[in-house]
Amino acid sequence: MKAWLLRHAQVLVGSFGQLARTPIATALTLTVIGITLALPAGLVVAINNLDRLSTGFDRGGQISLFLKQDTNDAAAQKLAQQLRTRSGVAAVEYISREAALAEFRKHSGFGSALDALSGNPLPAVLVVRPEAGTSPAALETLRTALARQPGVELAELDLAWVKRLHALLELAERAVWLLAVLLAAAVLLIVGNTIRLAVLNRQTEIEVIQLVGGTPAFIRRPFLYAGWLQGLLGGLIAWLLVELGLLWLTGPVSDLAGLYGSPFGLEGLPFASGLALVASGGILGWLGSRLAVGWHLRRQSFR
Amino acid sequence: MATDSPMIEFTHVSMRYPLGAGSYYDALRAVSFTVQPGEMVFVTGHSGAGKSTLLRLLTLMERPSRGSIVVNRKNLERLPRRRLPYYRRELGIVFQDNKLLPDRTVYDNVALPLIAAGMDDREIPKRVRASLDLVGLLGKERQFPVVLSGGEQQRVGIARAVVHRPSLLIADEPTGNLDVELSTAIFDLFASLHRHGTTLLIATHDLRQVSRMEQRTLTLQRGELVRDTHA
Repeated sequence: MKAWLLRHAQVLVGSFGQLARTPIATALTLTVIGITLALPAGLVVAINNLDRLSTGFDRGGQISLFLKQDTNDAAAQKLAQQLRTRSGVAAVEYISREAALAEFRKHSGFGSALDALSGNPLPAVLVVRPEAGTSPAALETLRTALARQPGVELAELDLAWVKRLHALLELAERAVWLLAVLLAAAVLLIVGNTIRLAVLNRQTEIEVIQLVGGTPAFIRRPFLYAGWLQGLLGGLIAWLLVELGLLWLTGPVSDLAGLYGSPFGLEGLPFASGLALVASGGILGWLGSRLAVGWHLRRQSFR
Repeated sequence: MATDSPMIEFTHVSMRYPLGAGSYYDALRAVSFTVQPGEMVFVTGHSGAGKSTLLRLLTLMERPSRGSIVVNRKNLERLPRRRLPYYRRELGIVFQDNKLLPDRTVYDNVALPLIAAGMDDREIPKRVRASLDLVGLLGKERQFPVVLSGGEQQRVGIARAVVHRPSLLIADEPTGNLDVELSTAIFDLFASLHRHGTTLLIATHDLRQVSRMEQRTLTLQRGELVRDTHA
């Protein structure tokens, strides 16, 4: 086992050496892989930030409970208190009939007309704010449940723009996945082609190794390590590019959010996702290399 | 016992290459012979007689169109592809152009079959030194092939072919690019390996060396075995 590990370590170091011997070609390949991987990763970061932004504007998802006219102040307060303990509910605001009338009088411009009425026609309202990040479907379920509460005449939920935003984000997410698949294929081709050229350059060596009894696994090993290293380093470059891009945008985005009175700030790639990006690069590099070498060995006459 | 069976057994082996438009070129025609363990056998004939084809079939660089080849009790026709590297580890192959890797030292070139076979790292230096000693190149481990003479390069090729102690050594025109003096040295080296018990099959058109060695000779002519001095 120790000898096996040592052999692999030797091949890994040798593959590093091979890449270092052609610094310009290696740098170009790594940069291309890095940019290719940075595109979907950057878009994922952008969508995540948009998602955070949309959940920050959760007022659009608030549910207004119009209480029955005969509900008195104490019963309304009691119901509000019950709802505050309910799961999925972040806050409940009670607007009494009097407060509603005062607000309506202030903003509607019908003050004198209201004076002509014999009584207050407006119901008391409980404004329920669901927990952040609640999906449109869950909001609808919550609205239905709240509508069944005793004393509730009508439960209204304005979901139109939340639904539209979620639909757009879902579309964008799918588009990013599609792009990610295409760009992953591009990485496979980039690494595959680089390794194919390396295989052609070492054609004689491969033939000799085959004739002295080297197994296909032994022949493939240095190329697989080279492909894996290229993908891994390309992934690191992609992570760096995403972080640099975010760093560049953070200031202007914070300024813009500040103008709207929002504390919103950009969030970068989580550490685990960054590692996943680097690992994906490594896997794609390994796979591209495996395909290129496998194809080449199958084509040889004396395999 | 292994010694009871022939090392090589060719039975009606033919090799036919398609030339297109329905025509063929027969490189070997129903060739049959056996080689016993420990024998040294020369394969001679003019260019195109089928010498190299015969060796390519033995090393499984190609498979015969017809007939059967058994080497060291292994029927090559039935040898699965995954067993091919292990079969080749039983062979030592010397090439006319020696096929040394120019970017590796003499040591690394000779060690290649041992590394490919996954031999213990502690054993490799001993084996490489022993092999280089056998061909008279001890002390040249750190040199690159390009600084060696043609004869030295061929001897490195032989050291690489015998470093893993193969049961059968196959050489294809091993002195094709060498002068008489160097050729004599190489053939003497083969004779020495033969004395140590290695089975050798050497394809050559150097009839002077063949007659000097006084060993069994197979003569091919247009793909047919026309003479076997042992038969």
